[in-house]
Amino acid sequence: MSNIYFATPDALLGWLKTLAADYRVIAPRQEGPAVLFRPQGTDELQNLDTLLKRATASPKEAVLPKSETLVRFTATKNPDDSAKLDMALEAVCDAPATILFGGRPCDARGFVVLDRPYLQGKYQDPYYKARREATVIVTQACTAARTGCFCTSVGSNPADKEGSDILFTPVEGGFALEAITGKGKELLSASSFKDGADTTEAAQKVHDQALASLPTPCIPQNTQDAVAARFTDEPFWIKQTVKCLACGACTYLCPTCQCFTITDEGSALDGKRLRSWDSCMTSQFTLEASGHNPRNDKAKRMRQRISHKFSYYPASYDGQYSCVGCGRCVVSCPASLDIREVTAGAAQGYVPPAQSAKPKEEPVAKPAKDTPAKAKTEKSSKKSAAKEKS
Amino acid sequence: MSVLEGKELRIVGFLCNWCSYGGADTAGTARATQPTDLRIIRVPCSGRVNPLFVLKSLLGGADGVLVSGCHPRDCHYSSGNFYARRRLELIKEFLPIIGIDPARFEYTWVSASEGQRWKEVVTSFTEKIHALGPAPKWDELTPRYDMPLELLEPIRPLGCGENPSLAELKDTIKKALPELEGVLGWKRGFDPLHAEPVLMTTPEEVDELIWGPFNVHNLANFLPKYAGKKVGIVVKGCDSKGVVELLAEELIKRDDVVIFGMGCNGTVDMGRVQAKLPDGAVVEAAQGHGNTIKVTASGQTYDMTMLEVAQDKCRHCTRPNAGLCDHFVGKKVEEALDPADGRSPAIRFLDSLSLPERMGFWKGQMERCIRCNACRSACPMCVCRDWCVSDSREPHWLTQEDSVSQKLFFQLIHAQHLAGRCTGCGECQRACPMDIPVFALKQQFGRMIKKLFGYGAGMDINATPPLLTYQVEEPNIKEHDLS
Repeated sequence: MSNIYFATPDALLGWLKTLAADYRVIAPRQEGPAVLFRPQGTDELQNLDTLLKRATASPKEAVLPKSETLVRFTATKNPDDSAKLDMALEAVCDAPATILFGGRPCDARGFVVLDRPYLQGKYQDPYYKARREATVIVTQACTAARTGCFCTSVGSNPADKEGSDILFTPVEGGFALEAITGKGKELLSASSFKDGADTTEAAQKVHDQALASLPTPCIPQNTQDAVAARFTDEPFWIKQTVKCLACGACTYLCPTCQCFTITDEGSALDGKRLRSWDSCMTSQFTLEASGHNPRNDKAKRMRQRISHKFSYYPASYDGQYSCVGCGRCVVSCPASLDIREVTAGAAQGYVPPAQSAKPKEEPVAKPAKDTPAKAKTEKSSKKSAAKEKS
Repeated sequence: MSVLEGKELRIVGFLCNWCSYGGADTAGTARATQPTDLRIIRVPCSGRVNPLFVLKSLLGGADGVLVSGCHPRDCHYSSGNFYARRRLELIKEFLPIIGIDPARFEYTWVSASEGQRWKEVVTSFTEKIHALGPAPKWDELTPRYDMPLELLEPIRPLGCGENPSLAELKDTIKKALPELEGVLGWKRGFDPLHAEPVLMTTPEEVDELIWGPFNVHNLANFLPKYAGKKVGIVVKGCDSKGVVELLAEELIKRDDVVIFGMGCNGTVDMGRVQAKLPDGAVVEAAQGHGNTIKVTASGQTYDMTMLEVAQDKCRHCTRPNAGLCDHFVGKKVEEALDPADGRSPAIRFLDSLSLPERMGFWKGQMERCIRCNACRSACPMCVCRDWCVSDSREPHWLTQEDSVSQKLFFQLIHAQHLAGRCTGCGECQRACPMDIPVFALKQQFGRMIKKLFGYGAGMDINATPPLLTYQVEEPNIKEHDLS
């Protein structure tokens, strides 16, 4: 049997219902005008149209909850010395086997972006890791670009397989499901779907059509260096952020925004340590204990957001952007601030320093390492991975 | 706070140090028998009782809250209880909208010598709370996600056609531009449906100014940021109320702002526009003519009338022309009178629900809140900005938990801080990426402010907001005698 299966809409829904018995199935649910990824039981999984809707917020919560308990702590009196307290610590990690259904390729790719800071390098985040490993990502390929979509500008496409375990594409009469990883293969081979090798061509056609509907890529090739070079151009960032309301909607809707804060709730004798989403768009993010705030206005905070996505992150991770082009930050911004416009604006008119000196000999040179902008970038990128703020 | 299971309920009492706390002491010294449900917190004055104390207690699971201070005219600080009376009455009137029975909260006056009266107050209030039973628990409520809203009949004609005076407005702005840091206005955003705020600093930028149904943002929001600099602002009638309120509260200076206005025929509710289009449609063009907007998306044309897509606030708008304006351009739009039933569709909907249903409704809505604070950032009157109490760890108003009670409490902080100051622009709700109807909470305060004090914010630079003043005899507040 090939890696491709075919399912009718009824079969797909039936499969999902069956999976709900053994897995936590997280899938789009309509809540008022918004669509959200929510854990749903067999009874709730009824309407495939809703399950295939594009969600208002990203599905990153499946692996990185808005707020999670890391440790519970309880103090008890020491029986031998009443002046002392014994502190009992209990690490909590809730990582049930999960199917994340109905995300789009950009959503799935978001997890790949999150994986790098959370799983690569010297320290792995055990909470993230446990949930990530317990999750099977079943993604639907897009059939057409939506308003705000720009995945092709950041190195992806509407049928991108990166990050997905299964990718399914609507074709005539049903869906073509392709197993991408071992996890996906295992899940599909256990299903009763029939072989769908003959749908490959139809699926490819859908992918091609979707790709053709995307706007022309708008993030220039040299963005990483160009954004770094903009660091000191304060008037640029002030101009770009006149309309910014300085809320955090963009960061909380983003599939790749990864920063968090850690707080203790409850009392010192009985409470819990929480990890919650944080946003570089708020003043408290960089507020220091002394009262000093190095990013004291929205222009500096926006510079951080754009630089992290298009300069610091790619500097740490092989040129990959920390943006998947889902467009949620664009369409949901109360002030219609457009990340494409800011990034392209930052890159506009950028001339690599070495190139300006010897244009013909070194056409693809990078900025010299000792320029102030670059130096600052490198410094910041060390901190930028999974930023922790107490 | 442990209670005798099955016998006691959780009642929180905030007692003035100078009177009721003494009254409770007197009752105790006299060996008066009284219920033990009440947990007393001593405060220096009933005027110290922040209405948020009451809301936090109730959202946190208290079955009842009692505030007791000195009798009117008898305040140790001469007027603390007069202010308290206004705030507490307002909170009591507010509670039903979030589904909390207003009988769970009471305030009264007991002096230090009135031990007997204290006994009667605490006994009768405790009996009332026992009759109501334990407060509903958030976990046990059924969430409701939908919100069927009727489309209000506008009280004045709405339109979306081109304003013939736009060219004149641009000329007026260009003339004033050299003396200004810039002029806040709107230009086309990332697609033809979306406008975006802009600070126009050059004549070329002024040429990009647009005026029409997509100018939804209230630009007054940006004014405090330019404090100390002279800026211009283009306003719709509703936005001008925001400017007036900022001036009334002396958050900006009159000499620092130049106001440009034109008559407004209404703006769109983007959700209603998008509901008329295929999901996620890429919009290629949008043009208003008369009363109809033509939207082209993926090659298809969709017609929608303002009657179908206008914002609710525009349908009941009585101030389409800027109330305060330095340069009013073009013809004034005819102003309509207040509608007989001025309730918004959201308030009508909530009024139609039972108290437990309302609580379930807010549970269903707040579940999807992502705590991005767009509501706060979009509010022109939320001027604390980086110093919001909700961000404070000491005092610890809010935890970081992702729970309905925490998220709703944030909304109550916002609404309560806006009481008597909210000009009804609805930006909080428009900004919400999750489309949570948070504006309804401010509207509830607004209508109770109107009922109790006959006041509307943003109308008069010289007005004093009702919660910053008092009357010795309050015509619309009756005594709450618990004995």
